[in-house]
Amino acid sequence: MSGEGGVREQASANWAEEAVREAAAREQLDVTQSQGHADPEHPVVRDREQEVLDRIDRARRARPRVKDERITMAHGAGGKATHSLIEAIFLDAFRNPLLEAMEDQAVFAVHGTRLAFTTDSYVVSPLFFPGGDIGDLAVNGTVNDLAVSGARPVYLSAGFILEEGFPVEDLRRIVRSMKAAAEAAGVQIVTGDTKVVQRGKADGCYINTAGVGVLDRPVSLGAANARPGDAVIVSGPIGDHGVTIMLARGELDIESDITSDTAPLNGLIDRLLDATTGVRCIRDATRGGVATILNEVAVASQVAIVVEEDTVPMRAEVRGAGEILGIDPLYVACEGRFVAVVDGAEAEAALAAMHSHPLGAEAAVIGSIKADPPTLVLLKTEFGGTRIVDMLIGDPLPRIC
Amino acid sequence: MRFVDEFRDAEKAHALAARIASLCEPGRQYKFMEVCGGHTHTIYKHGLEDYLPESITLVHGPGCPVCVIPMGRVDDTIHIAEQDDVIMTSFGDMMRVPGGRGSFLDSKAAGTDIRMVYSPLDSLKIARQNPDKRVVFMAIGFETTAPSTAMTLLRAKQEGLDNFSVFCNHVTIIPAIKAILDSPDLRLDGFVGPGHVSTVIGCEVYQFIAKQYGKPIVTAGFEPLDILQSIYMLMVQLAEGRSEVENQYSRVVPWHGNPKALQVIGETMELRPYFEWRGLGFISHSALRINDDYAAYDAERIFEIPGVRVADPKACQCGEVLKGVLKPWECKVFGTACTPETPIGTCMVSSEGACAAYYNFGRFSRERIQEASHV
Repeated sequence: MSGEGGVREQASANWAEEAVREAAAREQLDVTQSQGHADPEHPVVRDREQEVLDRIDRARRARPRVKDERITMAHGAGGKATHSLIEAIFLDAFRNPLLEAMEDQAVFAVHGTRLAFTTDSYVVSPLFFPGGDIGDLAVNGTVNDLAVSGARPVYLSAGFILEEGFPVEDLRRIVRSMKAAAEAAGVQIVTGDTKVVQRGKADGCYINTAGVGVLDRPVSLGAANARPGDAVIVSGPIGDHGVTIMLARGELDIESDITSDTAPLNGLIDRLLDATTGVRCIRDATRGGVATILNEVAVASQVAIVVEEDTVPMRAEVRGAGEILGIDPLYVACEGRFVAVVDGAEAEAALAAMHSHPLGAEAAVIGSIKADPPTLVLLKTEFGGTRIVDMLIGDPLPRIC
Repeated sequence: MRFVDEFRDAEKAHALAARIASLCEPGRQYKFMEVCGGHTHTIYKHGLEDYLPESITLVHGPGCPVCVIPMGRVDDTIHIAEQDDVIMTSFGDMMRVPGGRGSFLDSKAAGTDIRMVYSPLDSLKIARQNPDKRVVFMAIGFETTAPSTAMTLLRAKQEGLDNFSVFCNHVTIIPAIKAILDSPDLRLDGFVGPGHVSTVIGCEVYQFIAKQYGKPIVTAGFEPLDILQSIYMLMVQLAEGRSEVENQYSRVVPWHGNPKALQVIGETMELRPYFEWRGLGFISHSALRINDDYAAYDAERIFEIPGVRVADPKACQCGEVLKGVLKPWECKVFGTACTPETPIGTCMVSSEGACAAYYNFGRFSRERIQEASHV
């Protein structure tokens, strides 16, 4: 046994040797290609650490590939693995200008009317949790994905995948929530589908919704629009939904009064867009949390984002759960919060408009857009230091000690 | 928030930083190792290095339990998980650690039942709920987590559970510190001592570091001010020409440790003659295995373990990073072949690993961000 030193064989990890070879080959190619492309704005500091940072930067820009033989849970967690999967498999196959924008919805014109179109699937467990259920989420999530483009959500579809044996009373309850959520958001569910799969082939109930919205405003919001000098606003305390779900799973034996923040954001977004034309981009901070949105904006706009930790609104329960579990609330999902990038000069007006709406009462400016270093999200910590807030790797796993 | 905010007070940090700076002798370089991965995580998460003068360097030590698990033990765990009717359980940090043929997550995707638990007692619960399955807990960690594994073994025996076992990979901190002190290519001025481990083993056991090796050590807490204060205490010792064991984390760490915790470890486990540490090689008497009294709960006796040693790729310099000889970014594959999304070395997997901490939190040029972070 290896623990007893009786080493019977030596093996090597082929995958690792291969990764080293591939990176070396790619590095060779990058160096050859980048020769003669010095950036006069930033004369490269030729110390070794900077060389390494440059090398990493090149490696990060490399075209994403999926090397895994099978789908793992990390591919669904909203972080780097999800992005690689989307870009290397889906975008690669379906490539078109609308999809390439990689927004939460596609925006296009039909006979002069600008429409927004989106879809999302819901597989939350447990199905019912404090503050909502899978039904609310399925309506609000799709409404929000439309609303963040500036569109007025109009029609939704609903597709159900039900597991054999699922209680009809539970289904009734979910559908009642969907009806109420649709009414609250001012949308109608106008088409749908139902499938039943054998026991054990699904986890009770999965829902897919798609939605169509109309862009009445002449806005064109997008993650690539952020500019230096812009302000970053979040619409309310972060992480409520994710922490609620973690606690509702009952594995942690932590009790708290916290409830999901699931809500339709179209009303609040309307008010924001009425108040100012300085809005560059809005994204709802669902899977992957606020940190993921910020990284997406930093990359799409080729800007730096500096966040002040002590300005990020967060409930004590969320902060406490994060401390106990070793999870950074910046990565925890919300279902009724958005991040908006707004012209710095309009930030006050934007904030005032949001404060006048119940869902935006605790909105706050959490940071600003800078020119350099592009694609980095920096956090000025409460403690007074600086660190990076990177894209999430895999699931936010708790630390052990 | 109480018990958090008071340990992250920027004003106090500035005051401490000024006192640390005033103790630096001109022209002298200081190198301190924080042994514990939890400290590494805190240092990067809060940007603590921003407070330190350039003449003080923090070297990240081997105290990340996930980082020191050799690939062969990951493969062994997956091998057990592949046996009939096995539910394998382990801490979340282990899920992404790559072995010779992939990680637990890969193995799970290929069909094994590997579950993340928060405590070994959760594994016991799974065993009770699944009497027709064989539930195995892959135990890792230093003396910090060993007592909870020990308690679980005691509980399993009390309850007479016959479908639960532990694949024990617990390691002990002292031999690792010795290995570092004996490493010829490293010059350290002192240690920020491990906090959680010391709650169990106490501080007295570090006397050899101060007496025999002449290095000061200060056991530290996990909030950023704790670490800053420990560095200050180390600097004071150096300035006064002392080399002692001091306890900054006295609000949690008793000088003589936790006798009850040590007792339950002693009841259920014993030292292995030697054990392989990733990057550090075989170290004698550096790990724990389950003793004969608890043989019925020892996965190494219940299952056939392949025990194949998997060599690290030659380019991987985890060993040098763990010993603090290299800074993470000085490793040849750092950030290119080895990244948090596709880690080759374990230092890149756990959020407490030096490489992951540097990559995720500290991957920027201090000069270049000065303008950006000036708000």
